[in-house]
Amino acid sequence: MTGKPYRLPDDSGAGRLLDRSKPLSFTFDGKKMTGYAGDTLASAVMANGRRVMGRSFKYHRPRGLITMGSEEPNALVGVGTGSRREPNLRATQVELFDGMTSVSQNRWPSLDFDVGIINNHMSRLFPSGFYYKTFMWPKTFWHKVYEPVIRNAAGLGVAPDGVDPDSYEQVHVHCDVLVVGGGVAGLAAAQAAAANGKRVMICDETPRLGGIADISNELIDGKSQLDWVREQAASLTAADNVHVMTRATVIGHYHHNYLMIFERLTDHNPALAAAGAPRHRLWKVRAGKVILASGASERTMTFANNDRPGVMLSSAARTLVERYGVAPGLMGLIFANNDDAYITALSLKRSGVGIARIVDVRENPQSEIITAAQDAGIETMFGHAVAGVETSAGGKQIDAVKIAPYVKGRGRVVNEITVPADFIAVSGGWNPVAHLWCHNGGKLQWDDTLACFKPKSHDDDIAIVGSANGTMDLAGCLKEGYAAGEKAGGKARLKKPRVVVRKQAPVEPMWFSPATGKYNEGNKHFIDLQNDVTAADLELAQREGYESVEHTKRYTTLGMATDQGKNSNVPGMGIIAEATGKAVPEVGTTTFRPPYTPFSFGAIAGTQRGKLFHVIRRTAVYDWHTSQTSVMEPVGDWRRPYCYPQGGESQQDAINREILNVRNNVGILDASTLGKIEIKGPDAGEFLNRMYTNMFAGLKTGKCRYGLMMNEMGFLMDDGVTAKLADDHYLMHTTSGGADRIAAWLEEWLQTEWYDLKVYVTPVTEQWSQFAIAGPNARKVLEKLGSDIDLSHEALPFMAMATGDIAGFPVRLFRISFSGELSFEVATPANYGQDLWDKILEAGKEFGIAPYGTEALHVLRAEKGFIVVGDETDGTVTPHDVGMSWAVSKKKPDYIGKRSLEQAFLTEPGRKQLVGLATTDPNEVLPDGAPAVESGKLTGHVTSSYWSPTLKRSIAMALVKNGSERMGEKISFPLADKVIEAEIVDPVFYDKEGARQNV
Amino acid sequence: MLEIKCPVCGVVGEEGDFHGGGQAHITRPATDNPANISDEAQRDYLFMRHNPKGLHFERWRCDRGCGKWFHAARDTVTNEFKAYYSIRELPPVELMKAATGSWAEYFKDKMVTK
Repeated sequence: MTGKPYRLPDDSGAGRLLDRSKPLSFTFDGKKMTGYAGDTLASAVMANGRRVMGRSFKYHRPRGLITMGSEEPNALVGVGTGSRREPNLRATQVELFDGMTSVSQNRWPSLDFDVGIINNHMSRLFPSGFYYKTFMWPKTFWHKVYEPVIRNAAGLGVAPDGVDPDSYEQVHVHCDVLVVGGGVAGLAAAQAAAANGKRVMICDETPRLGGIADISNELIDGKSQLDWVREQAASLTAADNVHVMTRATVIGHYHHNYLMIFERLTDHNPALAAAGAPRHRLWKVRAGKVILASGASERTMTFANNDRPGVMLSSAARTLVERYGVAPGLMGLIFANNDDAYITALSLKRSGVGIARIVDVRENPQSEIITAAQDAGIETMFGHAVAGVETSAGGKQIDAVKIAPYVKGRGRVVNEITVPADFIAVSGGWNPVAHLWCHNGGKLQWDDTLACFKPKSHDDDIAIVGSANGTMDLAGCLKEGYAAGEKAGGKARLKKPRVVVRKQAPVEPMWFSPATGKYNEGNKHFIDLQNDVTAADLELAQREGYESVEHTKRYTTLGMATDQGKNSNVPGMGIIAEATGKAVPEVGTTTFRPPYTPFSFGAIAGTQRGKLFHVIRRTAVYDWHTSQTSVMEPVGDWRRPYCYPQGGESQQDAINREILNVRNNVGILDASTLGKIEIKGPDAGEFLNRMYTNMFAGLKTGKCRYGLMMNEMGFLMDDGVTAKLADDHYLMHTTSGGADRIAAWLEEWLQTEWYDLKVYVTPVTEQWSQFAIAGPNARKVLEKLGSDIDLSHEALPFMAMATGDIAGFPVRLFRISFSGELSFEVATPANYGQDLWDKILEAGKEFGIAPYGTEALHVLRAEKGFIVVGDETDGTVTPHDVGMSWAVSKKKPDYIGKRSLEQAFLTEPGRKQLVGLATTDPNEVLPDGAPAVESGKLTGHVTSSYWSPTLKRSIAMALVKNGSERMGEKISFPLADKVIEAEIVDPVFYDKEGARQNV
Repeated sequence: MLEIKCPVCGVVGEEGDFHGGGQAHITRPATDNPANISDEAQRDYLFMRHNPKGLHFERWRCDRGCGKWFHAARDTVTNEFKAYYSIRELPPVELMKAATGSWAEYFKDKMVTK
């Protein structure tokens, strides 16, 4: 080893991806380190002689990298600082750049010395289900003691500070064929699919196409696999009909071949982000056909303390050497049950890394590659297994490996030998990466030969090829790739490459390697490294009766970490199978769910943040409102002025002033948000009869009527005033929040049930500005503005409407009132809205006009006992409940909700009814929603509650059991700190006879 | 995210551009005399729905397109749309024949017209 402790020399031939002329400096846990262009963070940290990259989740054991890519369970790091810090990244995926700041996670105070390791020594106290068993009592301790302490100890990384400075995008595309994975099989599939001009997308989660061709030893057309994949990648990239994406992970497959791709554009190069490129892009793809070539991932082996830093997958060791020129250690031992590990042995040997020996579980495996390894002078030991490791420095350093003869099912090992080594490359076989196959219902089947689950059937137009399909040989990968591509793209005239088919010795599954001594005393056989789940935990779960694998998963948390058990699930099934005496396929698999790997919140949000987070609706007078008040209230998607404080006025003072001004002078309200729906056609009157509870057929042109709308279950869903403009023409007003919903509701009934009715429904809410001019001086203001409409009470009485001009503006004028005062609602085309508003304010000046907001609107209506659908109703309230039986027709043959209203449970006594409440202390304002409790039972709740400046006391409405028969009774509302007493009264508090609106 | 085709305007769009209206072919009882409809019958009309594993009949609205309601026959296992047809029509006869369980019961006496 020259230079850095673990970096292999340039002349070793190792480190294909490195550019040794470009050194990069970075920090890991504050320590300055250097790497090269081409390194991953994991390889660079290893090259600097550091193997421990994190502490484990539960036991705080030191951990090093295990894998070569996105399935990494251990080497989780935080990268970046401040608002650009991102936790829980897999160091094996993070591409190194100059100036990178990175930190390990889940350790305190430092990686080398961690206080939480005490959990490891007390692990007999922390079995599976420990949380459920221990933190149950006392109940109040959960929030105050247990949860904060546990969260602090178990936290996985630190969230960034401040607002994310980067930008994100989402893209929606269609393609004919989407190929997932750019290895040999994927490249072949994409070539064939694209050969006849189909639009093809191919994406890979790594920075380059090629899969593991560069760490494989077979030849294609007599060339190295690396040369072949480079040629294929170049020709696909050059093709006009192919879109090649790298650093792009397909994270989910959904119905009808809808897929999401998470593309990382700048994480490997901050200069791109600084130049304004989006950091991540989320692609939403509708693909005609999908070809999954997602490859396979290697399994670990289960032996005592198989989590020690230095134990890694054979493929990871090979990758470190071949791609990054990093030796996993000085002397390695290879532990395998299949042939692939021999490629690693040869690769390491070639690069000058010491190999103690290959320990192979198989009794007498024979194949070319095994012979090649033996010929290269590598010692092999068959029919043996690693039984444990000897470590020093608190488990951070492997010193030797214990090896014992292996006979399946023999149990505890007696005789063993010890071989010095400082790292172990393990290979427990390969699992097809079938996550995407399973996201939308693909079925798996157990394959005895490969000892893994592989794809079986799928209902979508999706194919799966290569090692993802359990086809582990090169010739098979190519054949399946081309075949699937041709099936998707049509018969292609492609020259198929030739490969030499080499026979491999079959894999022999081994789920558990027994240890010397009791494995649950000091020795741990880890299955799920990220969640610290051991073989003993899984066995305990079986003993405690968690027979279903889905139950075992939740009880032990097997496979529930961010790696979703990519390496651990199948070994876990193997352990459960052995513990229960079942075959692995009988144990079954757990459910695979998106996303395949974690992805960023930024990508989920895309551009929908800040001002675009939620696009709001504005009335024509919106800019005027915001110039007068900053107190805006969301009403559906609208923003409406809540009140208009003047000078140093408090909000409450402003509200009180606005209310009294309506009662004494005149106020103006921007009511444009009110839903407006035009209903036109010869059957319009009959249609309204069926939609509303009350009668509309008899309404005369130029008149308005208040209507109640129920759903088919008999519950109130909207209310409002409908005006008759002509015999076949009505204008329906709905609640502000209900406008779109009610328009859709009317349309649904017209199209699906009463399609014989000749009616058109047209929502016109945004076409009109509408203002309420309310108060004793309202008529004077309109008279001053000048109108061709006769504004007298005789010509335009309460609940009448007229069409004409006011101050030269075309208007519809309605004498309707939601305040109980003399009130005109004037509607003009929205383009004139601001002008008319200005003119009204100008003309109204001498009559004391002032704008009022939504809160004054609500108090004014509550003083009059008018309901608001959504305040007084909650989806379980009928017209009878709110005292509006008068509005429920007994004559009409049919209207929505009619039959339901007579269901037994809606007519029985004991329902809640709307009442008014007068608190015993008039200054006490009940909180909204306050519960009425009588004899320990909940008998009602407050639906609206305000301070009434008109009456100089509090007022409230409530739904109370049998309330309408209980006038004058007192009920109490117990709150957190006191009990408020109130008398049940008539909900109309002001001007009971309605004289003020009728002048 | 299903991909749906509107049979009225012909647009092919994402599920999010459509509005799912639940089960199709629910007969609304006449309400002129509420006494004609028992509470049980009203309950069944409001709440009881077919829930087949396999062929199912649904209502959809082309929400962001032409605004029209239509019927669709969908396999709830494979999510394949077998047919789109008018909101005023029963399914194609071959699908009524293919229906199983409570749907088969429902269509039993309705296959005469075509």
